[in-house]
Amino acid sequence: MKKINHCLILLVITSFCLLPCLAQSSDGSASPLVFVADSRNLSGWAAWYANLYNDSRGLFTLLTVVLIPIVGLLFGLIAEFIMARSGLDLETKERKTLHSHQE
Amino acid sequence: MNFCYLYLPISGVTVFWPGLIILGFGVGIIGGFFGMGGGWMVTPGLNILGFPMAFAIGTDITHMAGKSLISTMRHSKFGNVDYKMGFIMVTGTVIGFELGAQMVMWFERIGKVDLYVRWIYVVLLICIAWTIFYDVSKKRQRMVAARAAGEETDGLRYGIEWHKTFHRFKIPPIVYFKVSGITCSVWLPVLVSLGTGLLAGLLGIGGGLIRMPALIYFVGLPTHIAVGTDLFEVMISGLYGASTYTYKGRTELLAAIVMLIGASIGAQIGTIATKYIKGYGIRIAFGLSVVGCCVSVIMKLIPMYIRETKAFMDVASTILILTLVSSLSLYIFVKMVVGARREITQKKGKAQGA
Repeated sequence: MKKINHCLILLVITSFCLLPCLAQSSDGSASPLVFVADSRNLSGWAAWYANLYNDSRGLFTLLTVVLIPIVGLLFGLIAEFIMARSGLDLETKERKTLHSHQE
Repeated sequence: MNFCYLYLPISGVTVFWPGLIILGFGVGIIGGFFGMGGGWMVTPGLNILGFPMAFAIGTDITHMAGKSLISTMRHSKFGNVDYKMGFIMVTGTVIGFELGAQMVMWFERIGKVDLYVRWIYVVLLICIAWTIFYDVSKKRQRMVAARAAGEETDGLRYGIEWHKTFHRFKIPPIVYFKVSGITCSVWLPVLVSLGTGLLAGLLGIGGGLIRMPALIYFVGLPTHIAVGTDLFEVMISGLYGASTYTYKGRTELLAAIVMLIGASIGAQIGTIATKYIKGYGIRIAFGLSVVGCCVSVIMKLIPMYIRETKAFMDVASTILILTLVSSLSLYIFVKMVVGARREITQKKGKAQGA
């Protein structure tokens, strides 16, 4: 079993070492794929949203990175509020042997 | 029934939005319980809903960032997050993720992305599944041997202990992690985060599937702390992944937000369920999900060699994954309800006794 273990670890390490070589062996001359939103038939916020995506990928990325944690936090707090009504102890855990390894 | 359909302005498709919420809910339960984002489960689900595949990975990673934040908040209250470890790992995770994402772009240019990524995935999943079940069987063997010898079995210090070997490398700086209860070289979590981050970026996943077992077996974290700390990392890598995939134009933000509605409740349920299930129970269930994931990826690989099987394999792998998601989330949900009922009954008993 020990031998299999060593072989397995060796395989994983070798794979790690070979991954960049595999990737670099590709021909880098081709251009990357480009996606464009069709905003011709859109109006209001949908048009603004699609145009933001087309015109400024940087701003669209910023909007995503800012909005997702805020929405996550908001939904998380709402879910916490709902779960708190269940009568469960949501502050402590039952396990007694937390610091024992391999629990 | 038009109100049940939502138009996604970027990809230009109309999707059944309650389906997105249900998908988010199921993956939220599993993610909160195992400490993973569940990217491999989301993609086929999105496929069924008619979501364009070009946007699937980016949208999934974006929703994953928000969902992991919710799960981390909950795990943090249970004391399951080792922030010191988490912050040390952030740099490695981010650098690794970007390297992995760049590799995907290279693969994409030569049109081999599916083949290479899926083979790497299969090898990795076999290694993880093998490690978990070897660990469980080794623990059982030791327990039986200890019982036969009449020794005490506390049931905790058994199974694989690779981390002890890694802890012997005392390369400075050596750090004590109070929450995890371990002392090791700071380079160990950094290297683990770099490797797992690279694979996460390459496979287009949050990395929980790889990082959670790596934290247990290589760094030596107890299972529950590994789950919580991993979710913290998934949140960071998810946010970074969201930015890099969005910048490349591969994210449908609106769909990610809709999925977050279901995920917020699901993540709470999954996280609370860890309160009632022992570490090895989590590991076995995690191992089963890894096996399911591996089989589904193999099913996607077969048509690359036998083209006639494509239609059948596509349907079969989607059914397999959706069955796995439903049964795992149901199992976790039932365990959570049973544990919660027991806790409430005990509380009532104590109140009556007083």
